[in-house]
Amino acid sequence: MLLTVLFISTVYAAEPDYEISKSLKDSLTDSKAKSRDNAIAILSEDLSEQNILVLNKLKNGLVYYDSQKEIFLKESVESNCYIQPSTSQKVCNLKLRRSGISTLQKKKIESILLKSALFSSNDSDRAKAVKKLLEIESQNDLPSEETIDKLIRQESQKEIYKDLKIVEALIQSRSPELGVQKLISCIDILEEKGNAACIQAIDRLKLSTNSEVSQRATKAASSLSFSKSISDFFEKIFFGLSLGSVLVLAAVGLSITFGVMGVINMAHGELIMLGAYTVWIIQQIMPQSMGLALFISIPCAFIVSAFFGILIEHFVIRHLSGRPLETLLATFGISLILQQLVRTLFSPLNRAVATPEFLQGSVQITSNLSITCNRLSIIFFSLVVFAVIVLVMKKTRLGLEVRAVSQNRAIAKAMGIKAEKVDVLTFGLGSGIAGVAGVALSQITNVGPNLGQSYIIDSFMVVVFGGAGNLWGTLTGGLIMGIANKLLEPVSGAMLSKIIILIALILFIQKRPRGLFPQRGRAAED
Amino acid sequence: MNELILQEKFLSKETKGFLLITTLFGILVVILSLLGESNPLHLPVYVVNLLGKYVTYAILALSVDMVWGYLGILTLGHCVFFALGGYVMGMYLTRSIGAQGVYGDPILPDFMVFLNWHELPWYWQGLQYFPLAAVLIVAVPSLLAFVFGKLAFSSRVSGVYLSIITQALTYAMMLAFFLNELGFGGNNGLTDFKTLLGFSLQTDGIRIVLFALSVLVLCLSYLLCRSVLISKLGRLCIAVRDAENRVRFIGYRVENVKLLIFVLSAAIAGIAGALYVPQVGIINPSEFSPVNSIEIIVCVALGGRGRLYGAVIGAILVHIAKTCFTNLMPEFWLFALGALFVLVTLFLKDGVAGMINSWINSHHAKTEMRMA
Amino acid sequence: MKTKLSRIALAAFVSFNVFNSAFAAEDTIKVGIMHSLSGTMAISEASLKDEMLMLIEEQNKKGGLLGKKIEAVVVDPASDWPLFAEKSRELLTKDKVSAVFGCWTSVSRKAVLPVFEELNGLLFYPVQYEGEESSRNIIYTGAAPNQQSIPAIDYLMNDIGVKRWVLAGTDYVFPRTANKIIEAYLKQHGVASEDIMINYTPFGHSDWQSIVSEIKSFGSSGKKTAVVSTLNGDANVPFYKELANQGISASDIPVMAFSVGEEELSGIDTAPLEGHLAAWNYFQSVESSENADFIEKFRKFTKNPNRVTNDPMEAHYIGFNLWVKAVEKAGTTDVDKVLDTIVGIKTNNLTGGTAEVLPNHHITKPVLIGEIQSDGQFQVVWETDKEVKGDAWSDYLEGSKDLISDWTAPIKCGNYNVKTKKCLGSQSN
Repeated sequence: MLLTVLFISTVYAAEPDYEISKSLKDSLTDSKAKSRDNAIAILSEDLSEQNILVLNKLKNGLVYYDSQKEIFLKESVESNCYIQPSTSQKVCNLKLRRSGISTLQKKKIESILLKSALFSSNDSDRAKAVKKLLEIESQNDLPSEETIDKLIRQESQKEIYKDLKIVEALIQSRSPELGVQKLISCIDILEEKGNAACIQAIDRLKLSTNSEVSQRATKAASSLSFSKSISDFFEKIFFGLSLGSVLVLAAVGLSITFGVMGVINMAHGELIMLGAYTVWIIQQIMPQSMGLALFISIPCAFIVSAFFGILIEHFVIRHLSGRPLETLLATFGISLILQQLVRTLFSPLNRAVATPEFLQGSVQITSNLSITCNRLSIIFFSLVVFAVIVLVMKKTRLGLEVRAVSQNRAIAKAMGIKAEKVDVLTFGLGSGIAGVAGVALSQITNVGPNLGQSYIIDSFMVVVFGGAGNLWGTLTGGLIMGIANKLLEPVSGAMLSKIIILIALILFIQKRPRGLFPQRGRAAED
Repeated sequence: MNELILQEKFLSKETKGFLLITTLFGILVVILSLLGESNPLHLPVYVVNLLGKYVTYAILALSVDMVWGYLGILTLGHCVFFALGGYVMGMYLTRSIGAQGVYGDPILPDFMVFLNWHELPWYWQGLQYFPLAAVLIVAVPSLLAFVFGKLAFSSRVSGVYLSIITQALTYAMMLAFFLNELGFGGNNGLTDFKTLLGFSLQTDGIRIVLFALSVLVLCLSYLLCRSVLISKLGRLCIAVRDAENRVRFIGYRVENVKLLIFVLSAAIAGIAGALYVPQVGIINPSEFSPVNSIEIIVCVALGGRGRLYGAVIGAILVHIAKTCFTNLMPEFWLFALGALFVLVTLFLKDGVAGMINSWINSHHAKTEMRMA
Repeated sequence: MKTKLSRIALAAFVSFNVFNSAFAAEDTIKVGIMHSLSGTMAISEASLKDEMLMLIEEQNKKGGLLGKKIEAVVVDPASDWPLFAEKSRELLTKDKVSAVFGCWTSVSRKAVLPVFEELNGLLFYPVQYEGEESSRNIIYTGAAPNQQSIPAIDYLMNDIGVKRWVLAGTDYVFPRTANKIIEAYLKQHGVASEDIMINYTPFGHSDWQSIVSEIKSFGSSGKKTAVVSTLNGDANVPFYKELANQGISASDIPVMAFSVGEEELSGIDTAPLEGHLAAWNYFQSVESSENADFIEKFRKFTKNPNRVTNDPMEAHYIGFNLWVKAVEKAGTTDVDKVLDTIVGIKTNNLTGGTAEVLPNHHITKPVLIGEIQSDGQFQVVWETDKEVKGDAWSDYLEGSKDLISDWTAPIKCGNYNVKTKKCLGSQSN
């Protein structure tokens, strides 16, 4: 991305009469991707600034042509404007065809460009190129030792220098004739870095004929594998936490309504779905700023789902008070209606919700452990939502009333609390939180009519496991289930782990019929 | 209404009426289907087949009504027992085709051949014999119901919690049967059945027989449920529904009552499943899906719970509606079903049967008034 | 009261039948369309119904078939497998359709197969499937495994140089069989067991963190790694999203998908998928006059300028044209006669080649490998030189390597063992 930005500025400085040869033009304007092989060959013959620019554009899929087979270079992915290389003129909003390219060809261009980027005068380009070298799959593709030597001697930047040293070590590790001292210092460097390529190099050195080298390599390998297993464990815990926080988010609204009103809302999943669709709608309205749209969706989704929740409460649940099982059936009916409503309004196909850039990618913690941004933000998000709910429950008048009603409805009423009003507000709150959960889920899974169904059973299990109406129970329950699932999954497979958790839960309920943290204060039996 | 049952004889007016109508209906369908094709009254066999399917659902609804209507447990997973019965039947049908499978293996079912199984798993052994299959059709669902019920009832899980874990049960079973390693054909389930007790399943005759058999089983299960309800067990069962703690304090073992009714209901559901499979020609894990179980609940709710014949009416009405809607307005089936759930629970607490009942009562009252 | 109710119900049934038989006019040819319009499979199947209606309307504009109009009978099996059997029985006995175009999942095909064989119907099945089946009454216009997975593996092995393989699938019969075949094929080509990782997940699996991380570490051994994905439906989006999040791009570990097409992509944010692969027999992006024509007509018919086309739609296009040609040649819609003539019938496919019905009731198809583009379309990066013949029984599976299918005389058998020269099972009649 940076590279393209860089080269755009060079376009204006370029000679106006950049000539695209006929054979190059032909191979760029053919509809078959195969012909691009030829184009790459022609372009890489002479790595002039102009050719590098075209290669870069080609790699990023920004080369276009019109029906006259005239070549256009698109400014950037988002832009609608093109530059005609032969005249350097800028034209916008054309209907052009793209000169497509395959991943293989992209890689080829990358490796061609890599070599020139290694000698680039721009620090960040060079740093990137060197980092790329560290991740190269086959070490045979690494540049020669002399090249690296030359680079090391020229390098002034500390970070790049360090990385280059590792590359050098990687290359040297392949030559056993180097001498024991040299190889051992190689191993030291490799062990410190400890990424996949380094581990392979060390593994190879384990087979060295020299016992000193092989011993040192074995030691390095075992210490690396130890640190890997530790980071694997933390990774699993992190995965569990992130799955658990999704479950908590999906279940917490359900838990509130169940605690206060004693009804299970089977349409809860569909309220989550409505929240996710809200994100989609808002992204459609403002396609230019996906990130902002996501933030705006949070309150919007809350309002949409809360609105539907209040409707459900007003027209159905209120009339079924004291009949929890019938409520379950009626809300199931509502869930079917909402599902079909979405299917009829938005088509049965899934909707594409974009992930804003700041949620993509991952944070490197150690060389083996990296944490993905979107999961991290979901954990963070659900903790915030949870904290807000706890605050509402503990610090506001509404929270006080809610707790009073859930502990003993009759007495609360006698104390002058309007239980009906509390019901509506709680149901609205619980439903609104479902909508907020939908915003989070839209970032990790499909947004379609079936979204709710795939989370509803899990949410039930969390609520039942944690103890209905108990917020902390829901939090602990969700996190335990998430972590247990992720610890089991590598052992038993994804299918079986789910079944095991369900069965364990069924058995657990026998032991503690009211969950981990049973709610106190209600009558012993209804 | 239920108080009345207690005073009534085994063959009450309702029971007699139900049996009479059902038998007549069965005989009529059989006769109409046997008429020549040119006859305008001829009932095509696919309709008979369809009716047969409805009847099996009616049997299932009957068993659900025992648990929900009379015992007060809202089970969201009764299709577990239905599907298990169906699977046993499916296994029998699969085994009984012998070497007629596509790979011509005399022992292994086709799906095992192409998944490279070399031996028949132990739980498939002996299932080519119908008597064993027949025993297992009842035994397997009953056993599961016993184990599950024993655990749940003795630890006094109740109300919404119980409903949710019955749902968890059927969900877990669905996931389990999806597993190909388990040896039940995975997602495809069991299909391509050829013969039942030596009769080809692809003839019209056997379809009519299966229909008649389903009607017969419906009548028998009705009688069985009825006789249980008339007995002391039945009275206890209703007492448990209405005031569980009082029954317990009087000194009855509530969990045993619950367990007995639950197991009985599971057995009936298993038989229904076994009748269902040869008529539709396939059994696969989606029969375990929680939605199916809930659909049966709405059948019972629509028909009127706590009235055996209500469950039957409900099951048949809902499934006729389903057939019609999926033909005429496919997009609206879920709207209709959803609305049914809401409206029945809101406005039709006693279901169609309750409506009929109150109509008859007022009718009686009127005639009595007139007589007076 | 009950009597009254049942009387009404019965009367309704009877009159329904009378109505039907009285108006079953003889001046149209009926064709059944059996695709789920509701339930989970509606996502994929609903557009096939639209397409079939368009093809039939077009044929009628051309003057119909054998001088008669074609009438479409649409039913909705609602993604419910027993309902598929019920609806097909209804189509064949009540509506007496001449052919049915329908089904998507394997299980739905398995559910209707006995019905079609019993009532001697004719089904055109448009979806790529696991093979290991050949019925006299079904024409398989989708790809058999050798028309999709094997060429795709060849591409990965020879062109991309993949040495280590992850076979990830949803746990049902298509992935199971496809992966069995692929595994056997890889081992024949000298891939060691430790270089193959097989992973199955439940339907709609949404939490891919651990599996993707496993794939990542499996792929970091220095050998080029690829994922062969037979993931179905909703599991795909979270899978690709997780790949992107954990920083795996198509150039690191490419994913070759067998069930991700244009329609699926239209509901996905394609940014994280760019460069990943799919193997099909048709892509909307293929340039040919037939295809451009077809896309334009379909968009016009559905009044939606953004509608996408996909591989199963091409299969139905081919299937319908084959059926029309066979009926014209046979001069009747009688199933036996049509089945006798249909083998050897050829028609143009949409990618500029020809589709021919083979004696095993499969057809010839080209195999294309496409890369996902940011606009939700595929860029073809590789294709077979000529059409590949569909093979019902895989040569790489123990139980079926000796089996062939040939529905022409003298064999007339769907599972004929060439070693014992016997037709297995009961289909020898």
